[in-house]
Order: sequence, then structure tokens, then C-alpha cells
Amino acid sequence: MSATTSETNYHAGPDAVSAKTSRYRRVSKGRGNFELWSWVFMRGSGVLLLVLVFGHLFVNLMLGEGIHGVDFAFVAGKWASPFWQTWDLLMLWLAEVHGFNGVRTIINDYTEKDSTRWVLKGLLVASAVLVLVLGTLVIFTFDPCVDPSSTLSVCTGR
Amino acid sequence: MTATVEAKTEGTEGKVGAVPTFTVTLRIARYDPEVDSEQHWESYQVTAHATDRVLDALHQIKWEQDGSLSFRRSCAHGVCGSDAMRINGKNRLACKTLIKDVNPDKPITVEPIKGLPVEKDLIVDMEPFFDAYREVMPFLITTGNEPTRERIQSQQDRDRFDDTTKCILCAACTTSCPVFWNDGQYFGPAAIVNAHRFIFDSRDEGGSQRLEVLNDKEGVWRCRTTFNCTDACPRGIQVTQAIQEVKRALLTSRF
Repeated sequence: MSATTSETNYHAGPDAVSAKTSRYRRVSKGRGNFELWSWVFMRGSGVLLLVLVFGHLFVNLMLGEGIHGVDFAFVAGKWASPFWQTWDLLMLWLAEVHGFNGVRTIINDYTEKDSTRWVLKGLLVASAVLVLVLGTLVIFTFDPCVDPSSTLSVCTGR
Repeated sequence: MTATVEAKTEGTEGKVGAVPTFTVTLRIARYDPEVDSEQHWESYQVTAHATDRVLDALHQIKWEQDGSLSFRRSCAHGVCGSDAMRINGKNRLACKTLIKDVNPDKPITVEPIKGLPVEKDLIVDMEPFFDAYREVMPFLITTGNEPTRERIQSQQDRDRFDDTTKCILCAACTTSCPVFWNDGQYFGPAAIVNAHRFIFDSRDEGGSQRLEVLNDKEGVWRCRTTFNCTDACPRGIQVTQAIQEVKRALLTSRF
């Protein structure tokens, strides 16, 4: 039996005849609890996010003036309280890491070559780090008086 | 029963109780590594009875039309698990699938199971599948002296893993799994089912070792619960449930 291979097959059609030399060969990837913890994290963060996200939506869109009340002053008012700072920080981190992990899983499931896998994961890590760092920075260094002509009471008072 | 009723109502050919016959087209994915560079489809017309299985049609083609058609089959009665193939896009055993049940009005497509290297026509290399199977150590592991009698087990203990003892290693589940299709590194439902069979056996003492094996990067955590495996199993094993039970056992062993 000749082992002529063809890369232009459909599905996992005939390419390599011998499984010993092809991509079908099983290679041990090592153990560890990483995938277990990632699985647990997805469930835990998912439940927490349900509360955080719907709580966030309810407070912003339903209470008080509803959606018409959301402006710079509204956000400034919320972030003056450590409670909302913590809430938003938690929501940011959980959502970003939850989404990051989900996309990582999708990349693992759909990419066939290790090289594609690494490129996509590189982009993913870069974007996640960017969002996390930027988001965290904004929550902690937020200054309601960035605009010198601000008319907010906190700014005019000093 | 159905055949008898149909023959009576139609009443056109043969005596009452005769099994009706019909012509059916089979589209078979052919690949001969010595000639072809790629898989291609070929159609065959077969006269079949309502009681015929897809395997009977394949036999008719091989014996009467084209002797070069290759496929595996051994017992031909749904026990050995040799003739798993993709019939009308679904993994089934050719010997357990009646032609009349897969819409013979349209051509019936027959392909090799997906995700394993095709050797010829409907024959795939099962080695990667068995490699994963071997890795979960599908044999009784015990410590201490061998008892002089059989190892006693209560009916309740036996029922705990009864479902997963039914596996015939046909690979219909593993090759229906989209995660397995991708790169073939995932252990696959069949290996997990066979690990489950020993993990939940009260007589076995290798449970924690097997759980460790399945805690692998390519282990149970890659299951996306798409239930393809449960649908594909010709033995009706609740495959996805078995995988979830292994996940739960791993979690409870940690917390």
C-alpha cells in the first residue's frame, strides 16, 4: 500500500494511510489540573456574572430615570462609591477572563495546526490584557473633574 | 409485521405476506490508495427487500457488481462492532440499519466514519482509537491476594456501571464527536465510557488512576456535551451522561 498523501481532502478524508506518521497519532500532552480549574471557573464565574450583569443592567436602566439618566455625571456618581467600584471591577475581570477562556476553548476546538493555534491565542491574550489593564486603570484612576469647566458639585466645591 | 401489512394493502405483486422489494441507490465514498489521490463518490443501484439492512446492500454490491468495494464486517448482527459507518450523515452500524428506515426514496450516502485515517473505501485505521482506549487501562486493577472464589458484588453495585458495559468498541461515538474530528487528540467518548465501566465498578481499585488519566488536557474537560455520541451509539449507551459522571467524580475527588 503506497502512502501517498493528499492535503486537499474533505473532512478527515484519506490523507496519511499510516496513523503512525500522521496527525492522528496520539501525543501525550501532560497532566495537571488546569483544565479542571478552568472548567470550574467557567461555571462559577457564569453564575456570578448572571447576578452582576443583570444587577448592573437593572440599576443603570430601570431604577431612577432609567436609561435617560445615564451620562458622565451618573457614572461619576456611581464610581464615587467603593461598592460600585468593586462591583464593576469584579464584573470586568470575570467577564473578560470568562470570555477569554471561552474563546481559548473555541480556538482549541477549531484550529488544526499548532501554528494557527498559537497566533490566534497570541491575539487573544493581547486583547484580553489590553482590556483588563485599561479597564482596571479607568476604574481606579477615574477623575470626575477631568473637564476643567465641569459643573459637577464635587468639582465646583473645591 | 409492517412488511405483511404493506403487501396486503398494495396487493400488486406476489402472494400475501411476501416482502415487498424496491430499487435503491447507494452513494458510496470510494478511495483506493493505489489509484486515487482523493475520495470520490460512486452510485450503485440495488434491488432490496424491506427486511434488508444497509449491510445486505453493500454485500450485494460487493458480490454482484463491484468486487473492489471494501468494508469491514464480522458478525453482521450488531455485536462485533466492525461495520460502523456514516450512513446518510449519521454514524450507524450497517448491520443494524434497515434500508427502509433511512429513506430509500433518495440515494443513501455511505461514508467511512469521520476523524480517523481512511485506508480504503469504508475502512479506517482504528489504531488511534484503540490507543486512547488502552490509555484508560480497561482492565480490572486490584491489590492484595487473589480471592479463591469470584469477587462478589451486589446487584446495586453492578447496576452502577451496567450501561457502560454494553460498549462494543465500534467507534461510532468517538467518530461522531466534533471535538475528536478536529485533531484526534481528545480521548473520545468510547475511551471515557470504558474508563467509566471500571471507575464505578466496586471491585476495581484503579479508579483514581483512571480519573488522573482522564484529567488530561485532552480528557473529559474537552467534552462540550453536544450529545452526538449518545445519538450515535448503536447500543443505546447514555454516553454523554457517562462522561458527565466521570467529570463529577473528578470534581468530588478534589473538593
